[in-house]
Amino acid sequence: MVAAASETLRRTPLFDRHVAAGAKLVPFAGWEMPVQYAGVREEHLAVRSHAGVFDVSHMGEVETRGPDALAFLQRMLSNDVAVIPPGGAQYSVLCREDGGVLDDLFTYRLAEDRFLTVTNAANHAKDLAWLRAHADGFDVELVDRLDDYAMLAVQGPAARALLAPLADGPLPARFRTTELRVAGVEALVCGTGYTGEDGVELLCAPEDAGTIWDALLAAGVAPAGLAARDTLRLEACFHLYGNDLTEARGPIEAGLGWCCKEATGFVGAEAVAAVRAAGPTEKLVPFAFTGPGIPRQGNPVVGGGEVTSGTLSPCLGVGIGMAYVPAARAAVGTAIEIDVRGKLRPAVVKDKPLYRKDG
Amino acid sequence: MAEYPKDLLYHPEHDWARIEGDVATLGITWYAQDSLGEVVFFDLPAVGTQVRQGEGYAEVESVKAVSDVIAPLSGEIVEVNDALDGAPEKINEDPYGAGWMVKVRLSDPSERDALLDADAYAAQLD
Repeated sequence: MVAAASETLRRTPLFDRHVAAGAKLVPFAGWEMPVQYAGVREEHLAVRSHAGVFDVSHMGEVETRGPDALAFLQRMLSNDVAVIPPGGAQYSVLCREDGGVLDDLFTYRLAEDRFLTVTNAANHAKDLAWLRAHADGFDVELVDRLDDYAMLAVQGPAARALLAPLADGPLPARFRTTELRVAGVEALVCGTGYTGEDGVELLCAPEDAGTIWDALLAAGVAPAGLAARDTLRLEACFHLYGNDLTEARGPIEAGLGWCCKEATGFVGAEAVAAVRAAGPTEKLVPFAFTGPGIPRQGNPVVGGGEVTSGTLSPCLGVGIGMAYVPAARAAVGTAIEIDVRGKLRPAVVKDKPLYRKDG
Repeated sequence: MAEYPKDLLYHPEHDWARIEGDVATLGITWYAQDSLGEVVFFDLPAVGTQVRQGEGYAEVESVKAVSDVIAPLSGEIVEVNDALDGAPEKINEDPYGAGWMVKVRLSDPSERDALLDADAYAAQLD
């Protein structure tokens, strides 16, 4: 049950602090990452009720700069990159020609002709190669910034209030970014996150990450691991690449049509437009169990389809998940059954998000 | 911290047995619950179910993982710990006490010879 750490795993600049904080460390996408500290449930509830900090330094960054930076990203990313103001942020997917999703990404517009795109750790090298393979004819420079940034996500209803006194200026609004000094060191502060709570994400030089981390913990922010990050994002119905998104699935069936603007002519736009027009055969839906049990990735849905993410919701106290189901059975309120290792568990298709703060 | 009571017998798959006459109480060890992390679901088996030494008779789930619970001895389940229904965290909090899982009427008491004592079990964890 406990995987041995291999010599080849990468460590974030906060590795020693995770060990000192009693973290359980596990291999994740080639990195040795903290999966939990005090306990998944406690960390999850800390983020929902107060504030938690996640070390997400394993995530990659690609900088796109140059006169054609906007035109290039407009060609590559599914969303309308032109509407991001300098200092803004936007979610999008990266598609193959056939519409298969290569990655889901946040892109920050640092300046008129300078963008920073955050990649999933497991996809970083693939994304970078894909972007470079499509850069011919564009006057852009693509820079791998993976080694230049550590990344911390500070999330929860108290996150901003606890972080604000450490910063030398106002924190950015949601989907905005600002360069600030935090705990005395330079950081790109972004009003983003992936937990369904308010908060910010901080990108800083690896050697400065410890300074910010220490200041956050001293301010009362709880260290939180990848396991809590997963239960939080699933309650919020945010996709996890590798589970809910793969190259075999397109953005329309994944419920990400809202971040696809086919009129921009991005790579894969024709395939996406065709699926949007015809309607997908399967759709990704959130669901909740109406009885006992916990759904897991790979559990079949009776009558067709498959669970792509599942857990026990710490806030709702029932099994929850996301599954691809036939489009005819994707409507909210539809009763479905999940085959959990031979036991049929009743469930109901729910609206997004599965957990909502105000009830 | 890690604890392996001397009065129990152990299966290498991290299960313990407390034998009293021809009935054994079964559960998972401190090591097993620590490796799993917070247990959030234990699906109780049914009384009357036959279990076989070395084979799974139930599943225990943490937030992230599912693990088979292996029977250290063979027999028929005569009692299940209903208190775990709704409070599976007892398996973490008190794996040898309130976190017990089932009681089994033993079909072959000699099977105990294949189990480990506390020292031998703890030694093979290293």
